[in-house]
Amino acid sequence: MKIVKSGIQKIRVLLLAVILLSLSSMAFATELTMFYPVAVGGPLTKLVDSMIQEFEAEHPQITVKAIYSGNYSDTMTKAMTALKGGTPPHLSVILSTEIFTLIDNDAIVAFDDLVTNDQEKQWLDCFYPALMANSRTGGKTWSIPFQRSTIVMYYNKDAFRKAGLDPEKPPATWEELVEMGKQLTLRDADGKVTQWGLEIPSTGYPYWMFGALASQNNQVLMNQAGNQTYFNNPDVVGALRFWLDLGKTHQIMPEGTIEWSTLRTDFLEQKTAIMWHSTGNLTAVKDNATFDFGVAMLPAKKQRGTPTGGGNFYIFKQTTPEERKAALTLVKWMTQPDRTAQWSIGTGYLGTRPDAYETDLLKTYVKDFPAAAVARDQLKYAVAELSVHENGRVYKILNDAIQAALTGSKTPEAALEDAQKQADRILKRYR
Amino acid sequence: MKQIFKLTYWNHVNGWLLVLPAVFMISLFTHFPIGSSMIHSLFSMETATRPSTFIGLENYAFLMDDDIFWKVLKNNLVYSLCTVPLSISIALGMALLINGKIKGRSLVRMAFFTPTVLPMIAVANIWLFFYTPEYGLFDQIFAFFGGGSHNWLGNPDTALFCLIVMVIWKESGFFMVFYLAALQQMSPELREAGTVEGSGRWYYFRRVTFPLLMPTTLFVTVNAVVNSFKLVDHLVIMTKGGPDNASSLLLYYIYENAFSFWDTSYAATLTVVLVTILAIITIIQFAVVEKRIHYQ
Repeated sequence: MKIVKSGIQKIRVLLLAVILLSLSSMAFATELTMFYPVAVGGPLTKLVDSMIQEFEAEHPQITVKAIYSGNYSDTMTKAMTALKGGTPPHLSVILSTEIFTLIDNDAIVAFDDLVTNDQEKQWLDCFYPALMANSRTGGKTWSIPFQRSTIVMYYNKDAFRKAGLDPEKPPATWEELVEMGKQLTLRDADGKVTQWGLEIPSTGYPYWMFGALASQNNQVLMNQAGNQTYFNNPDVVGALRFWLDLGKTHQIMPEGTIEWSTLRTDFLEQKTAIMWHSTGNLTAVKDNATFDFGVAMLPAKKQRGTPTGGGNFYIFKQTTPEERKAALTLVKWMTQPDRTAQWSIGTGYLGTRPDAYETDLLKTYVKDFPAAAVARDQLKYAVAELSVHENGRVYKILNDAIQAALTGSKTPEAALEDAQKQADRILKRYR
Repeated sequence: MKQIFKLTYWNHVNGWLLVLPAVFMISLFTHFPIGSSMIHSLFSMETATRPSTFIGLENYAFLMDDDIFWKVLKNNLVYSLCTVPLSISIALGMALLINGKIKGRSLVRMAFFTPTVLPMIAVANIWLFFYTPEYGLFDQIFAFFGGGSHNWLGNPDTALFCLIVMVIWKESGFFMVFYLAALQQMSPELREAGTVEGSGRWYYFRRVTFPLLMPTTLFVTVNAVVNSFKLVDHLVIMTKGGPDNASSLLLYYIYENAFSFWDTSYAATLTVVLVTILAIITIIQFAVVEKRIHYQ
């Protein structure tokens, strides 16, 4: 009798052990959902997928479900809708400028609250300071730079040669830009333009290009606290006037708005000799250009300048401690110098940290293809991208104002005066 | 007597039971959202720090002052007034053309119907390049005849009309199918009778074919009007409502408010306006037009 009982007990213990073991192995396998946006050309999804596979191979206890979620605004919409529905992703790449909106919605956790040891704390400081400008507010770091860019000037060296210009001397000032632009704008016998001198896109992300012009005129668009804009500042108005004049007065750029999504094709089809575009397009341009092209920093008025741009990693609040830890591991892994170098070469996005440019991978690449370093060198002139509370609404206000001025329905002064008034009405609640 | 009462009583119960699933689904997905939008529009926007509070008609007062709202409403009216009659007349024309015995009829039918089968997003991406200045299809055609470059989508005077042309191209084929079906149902005896009486082709169309097509026309019109308010996929790809809202439509503005500004209560307010407009139009269509329709 006793023997039988102990036999049963043994089986029980064994069963319990099996259950516990299987439970613990389940607890080890953390599954993460990550949204990531693709805003520029090229096979970025493949690259992300292959990096994720590599990560999973190195970290068998973590599985990552990477979901391609459209462009930046689609991704934000998806993440916010999922958040309101109660099932946000664990982490996501979202525009660095959405920081205030995400904080206001209590959606994310600060990385300072996740890092545990000194090594991890130092990791927060290893990125280019200009790229961290949009990550920090209220003394905390809310996001980690990933696919970051600046605006650069792509120019067609063949067109420069044909116009009798030195292809190694792209315009460095606004005056030179206009002067060379005039030489680069070609017209046929009937006066029809066959090649424009310059195109700056004004759909999609007009506020971003505008941030570049304003910073070259030595004026930022907003304060660090994200509750004050400077749209009606005379230097900002001057920047918009210059943008308008490029088409209207100097006639080196098409009048009206210029489409963001067809701009790269315009350049590749040699319909424009110069375009301003994200560095994130570099690899796609390099792979498809049938002519000799160069990449240069944006020109200066009072100084050189460009906003940074692009997406950062955010970790969402609605996660368990294990999930946060796993997400942190993933973010740290994705931003290692080697990985950053690999990502930068694959896309044209910036290496987000100085030591990425010290890796053999990126060193060799930059040596053979110096254009890849332009964006990095430009970082010392970079300013934060426009980022305020209720970002979506303020973007629309500014975008509408820019388009109203460029299409001639309002003067730059009136358009920006109105925009400032509307922005004030929204932002005064946050002061 | 009692028997008959019982029978009709059970007939009623049976009937209600049969429509119950449909009524339930319609209430859940149509009536409940309308009601909840109405209630939602009376509250302020909710954020993590400030809960939503009752504000009465404040959202509607803001709407009266909202320049963008009036602009998109005007755009939407222009858009509807152009797309609805034009796409319907083209649909009718195409249906008449391919109802007759012409060579290569099935090929033409397929060609007319193809735009309908394509997803709107794909169509918008193709047309985006059609409208591209200089090397786009339209500018190449213009250049062939000696015209210059046009910034079709970047000019506030042309952007909306570019979208209208595209939507007519896309929608006509769909409406054509309804007309074609109606034409095929029409008895050939009518035609023979008409010939005997010596009616011309135009007279026959005006007096016989068109009146008999009226039920189809009503159905197609209701659909076309509703579509002109609810189809905005192409805006996302082609203009994002720009430049400066010149091509924005009411539903797209609702989308922007709801999903890029996260102002769900103002989006609800706009939705109530949209539903009201659609309800009024539909009631007018059914109440006024239907009386003048001859059903076979």
